[in-house]
Amino acid sequence: MGKTALLEIDGLRASIDDTDILHGIDLKIMPGEVHAVMGRNGSGKSTTANVLMGHPDYEVTNGTIHLDGADLLEMEAHERARSGIFLSFQYPQAVPGLQVGNFLRRSVAAIRGEEAAKGAEFRTTLKEGMERLGLDRSFLSRYVNDGFSGGEKKRFEVLQMMLLKPRLAILDETDSGLDIDGIRTVAEGVDAAIRGTTSGALIITHYNRILEHVKPDYVHVLIDGRIVKSGGPELAAELEERGYDWLEEDAV
Amino acid sequence: MTDDARSAVGDYKAGWHDPENATIRFDFGLSEQVVRDISALKNEPEWMTEIRVKAFHHFEERPMPTWGNMHLLEEIDFDKVCYYLRSSDATEKNWDDVPEDIRNTFNRLGIPEAEQKWLSGVTAQYESEAVYHSIREDLEEQGVIFLDMDSGLREYESIVKEYFCSVVPYSDNKFSALNTAVWSGGSFIYVPSGVHVEMPVQAYFRINAKNMGQFERTLIIADEGSSIHYVEGCTAPTYSTDSLHSAVVELIAMPGAHIRYSTVQNWSNNVYNLVTKRGVAHDNATIEWVDGNIGSKLTMKYPAVILKGEGAHAEVISVAYSGEGQHQDAGAKIHHLASNTTSKILSKSISKDGGRGSYRGMVTVSPKAENCKVNVVCDALLLDEDSRSDTYPTMEVGNAGARCEHEASVSKVSDDQLFYLMSRGHTEEEALALIVNGFFEPFTRELPMEYAVELNQLMALEMEGSIG
Repeated sequence: MGKTALLEIDGLRASIDDTDILHGIDLKIMPGEVHAVMGRNGSGKSTTANVLMGHPDYEVTNGTIHLDGADLLEMEAHERARSGIFLSFQYPQAVPGLQVGNFLRRSVAAIRGEEAAKGAEFRTTLKEGMERLGLDRSFLSRYVNDGFSGGEKKRFEVLQMMLLKPRLAILDETDSGLDIDGIRTVAEGVDAAIRGTTSGALIITHYNRILEHVKPDYVHVLIDGRIVKSGGPELAAELEERGYDWLEEDAV
Repeated sequence: MTDDARSAVGDYKAGWHDPENATIRFDFGLSEQVVRDISALKNEPEWMTEIRVKAFHHFEERPMPTWGNMHLLEEIDFDKVCYYLRSSDATEKNWDDVPEDIRNTFNRLGIPEAEQKWLSGVTAQYESEAVYHSIREDLEEQGVIFLDMDSGLREYESIVKEYFCSVVPYSDNKFSALNTAVWSGGSFIYVPSGVHVEMPVQAYFRINAKNMGQFERTLIIADEGSSIHYVEGCTAPTYSTDSLHSAVVELIAMPGAHIRYSTVQNWSNNVYNLVTKRGVAHDNATIEWVDGNIGSKLTMKYPAVILKGEGAHAEVISVAYSGEGQHQDAGAKIHHLASNTTSKILSKSISKDGGRGSYRGMVTVSPKAENCKVNVVCDALLLDEDSRSDTYPTMEVGNAGARCEHEASVSKVSDDQLFYLMSRGHTEEEALALIVNGFFEPFTRELPMEYAVELNQLMALEMEGSIG
């Protein structure tokens, strides 16, 4: 018997408002692996991320998703989070009046337990994470994503990832809207949270830039709700050079 | 959002009632004789009886307000209200001397405990009369007067006579006339020049009987350079018939004085809460109303400040929660009569299950008042499609040099917001509590810690694990 996959997606079909978006996705991520999913707008990238996290607007019409062998489709979003799924949102939501520090503590307590939110380890990880991401102490008393710049929102998502220590981190276009320093910072965050652990990451992106820093083990190309090609990091470079058209023709 | 998540907001927990053990209970209904009887019962000076009678006639002649919620106002049956009910013949200084049922009620409400921990003085009113009253000795030694209003009239008649109805004339509105006619209980406070009352004083109002009318009257005078924080809370049992609460509060802040008046109104959903609150701020004085409206069937309340002296400052910070069958028509009124006066209004309201929240505000700047600043912010949060929020802001600015800012927003709790928080491990109920508490944060920040905790509990009761 082989090792249990960290994430196993089998024949996944999903729709929103009766429109089919995903037409049968198969994907397996083993512990410690970093995968990238690339594709154009509308190819189903964000749908994949939202379906994995359990967004109620999406309906899974077929297929299965397992995390560490557990059936994710049986779980609500908060249960998936507690099982170890983390989604870095493309458009993080503002919650006026909810302070960042308070939110982080409560979220760590909800996912990793009260003890994890109390100790010195929490404070150290928080402090180091903020330093690494270039976030000032005053950031903690701001309201969650309220009035944040695009870059601050993305850094905050990465900070949450560092503190929540997920089994599987899904980064939904975390690189978009960031300059090259920001992308490097995000990549360092992913490395710090995933590399050398048994966790994994799924990086969803348009561009090769972030992948040059994160160095994924596998790259998948998503077109019209299907993975049409998989390969190593060299596939990302090829896409950068040639675009998606040559694959689209194959896909038809 | 699921119904469970929504319905977890705002369960009423103070709806029990004691047996009615009235020592004096007036028959239902109002007449000049009832008014005279109340005054006679209290052995009042003649001038007070005369004001009461005049106010009663004004009340009779005065039509109902033509705004707020006319439909609900018309449903009030003034003949089915008990205008005076006494359950204890004395105002005690020791909780042990308060009749057992009543003492237990205040114990359940946590009043004696709060008194020990963080209050300078407490008055507890049950139906028409104060049943308990005490003030810390050191404040008494500094000359601070804190009495129930009836005792205030007996012991400091000249002060009461000078200020009673000076800020809110009985003819101000129909309900100020009603209160002036039948008032009983409430607080009388005088803070001498330069004295700072560090810890808040608290009044707690409890209606127990059915079809009860509670008409307390409060007068607070803060002399030059003094300061005081007054906190009031109120609850009532849940009955199928309505009760009426109609208070009048008058504040006088002498030059340089600072009065903060905080309310956590948590009446049961069968109480009409029709209250007139107004303060006068003299030179460089500050008056702040911090007003939380959570309970009641209909609340119509617009705490007001008259900025009479140069450099005076007013703040009205309010939150309202309207659930099923509730209408909170609340807001603020500020009148800038003098130069260099500043004011800030912050109003936050949440509506759910068809509840209705209205912000009704008026700010005026007199032509003679130079260099005034006005800042008004009102935000509403709707938890579902059936609920309603309205904003009725009025600004009459007579001086071109005034700087006025007004912002209003209405938002809905979105599924994306809930999903974001749930993706961080929070249940849907917890996620909603985080959003609701966050929405109220600018308000709870202004309350003493203990009240902020109470308010959060009231707003988000039973959302397990989310209350910290």
